Amino acid sequence: MSLQGKVALVTGASRGIGAAIADTLAAAGAKVIGTATSESGAAAIGERLAQWGGVGMVLNVGEEGAIDALIDTIAKEHGDVAILVNNAGITRDGLLMRMKDDDWDAIMDTNLKSVFKASKAVLRAMMKARTGRIINIASVVGAMGNAGQTNYAAAKAGIMGFTKSMAREVGSRGITVNCVAPGFIDTDMTRALPEAQRDALVGQIALGRLGDAQDIADAVLFLASDKAAYITGQTLHVNGGMLMP
Amino acid sequence: MENIEARVKKIVAEQLGVNEAEVKIDSSFVDDLGADSLDTVELVMALEEEFECEIPDEEAEKITTVKQAVDYVTAHLNK
Repeated sequence: MSLQGKVALVTGASRGIGAAIADTLAAAGAKVIGTATSESGAAAIGERLAQWGGVGMVLNVGEEGAIDALIDTIAKEHGDVAILVNNAGITRDGLLMRMKDDDWDAIMDTNLKSVFKASKAVLRAMMKARTGRIINIASVVGAMGNAGQTNYAAAKAGIMGFTKSMAREVGSRGITVNCVAPGFIDTDMTRALPEAQRDALVGQIALGRLGDAQDIADAVLFLASDKAAYITGQTLHVNGGMLMP
Repeated sequence: MENIEARVKKIVAEQLGVNEAEVKIDSSFVDDLGADSLDTVELVMALEEEFECEIPDEEAEKITTVKQAVDYVTAHLNK
């Protein structure tokens, strides 16, 4: 699946799933711009992607005007974004009884509002081009819920609703909008969980193992490719059979 | 003025995929030319680019006919 000559923007590309997505799209021929929240993070992404001609850039999704400025810079230096992967996300887990407003707001801003802002920012160029791919990284938690993640699950379910609505709005312009919903993937985010909880979770996975970031990246590559031209508004669950919605 | 009208009509025809001859000065984008809501947004974007101006959303909503587009552009280009 070749993405030769296409400009792809992957948010949160420093580590884990985002890093695997950025590398995979770049290896498939896309000109990848991976974002990190710090200069040093962006530099590290740039080094990693350099072999394929990709670059790292700084993006703090919460910062006013930051996304629009980034899209402008990319358009000038590399061309219009043809593939947007909204991957950047954080967790602020805790039981609802104890959840602070800050924990809720931080998740909504970083995980959900950023999807709205980035998708809107790339849309003008995609509408003109009469083609485009937007792929939002949701989560199995957004579909099945998880104790201690009311904020995260709400944001991820929100992404799925956003995806369906946007897909209906822009479908007539050849732009597809889809989600990939990772299950339990072996990353820094999940390594932070206590071992007993990890074991219990693995017991619910039909394939009996954690997923790899590459499993998610491959699903994103498919949705970004011409092979997925007739798929829009969908959530592709990549979870080893942990949930079969 | 005529020049602006011709340019607006050309853009309308291009954006909405209609024959330029069908685009009259009093044509309504939605009722006469078959535009949907997304078409009208795109049309405003195209006008902004053609005339190198920015049309605020409140103003853009009021532009529903060729004449309104021509009037808006004329008024704002003269400033």
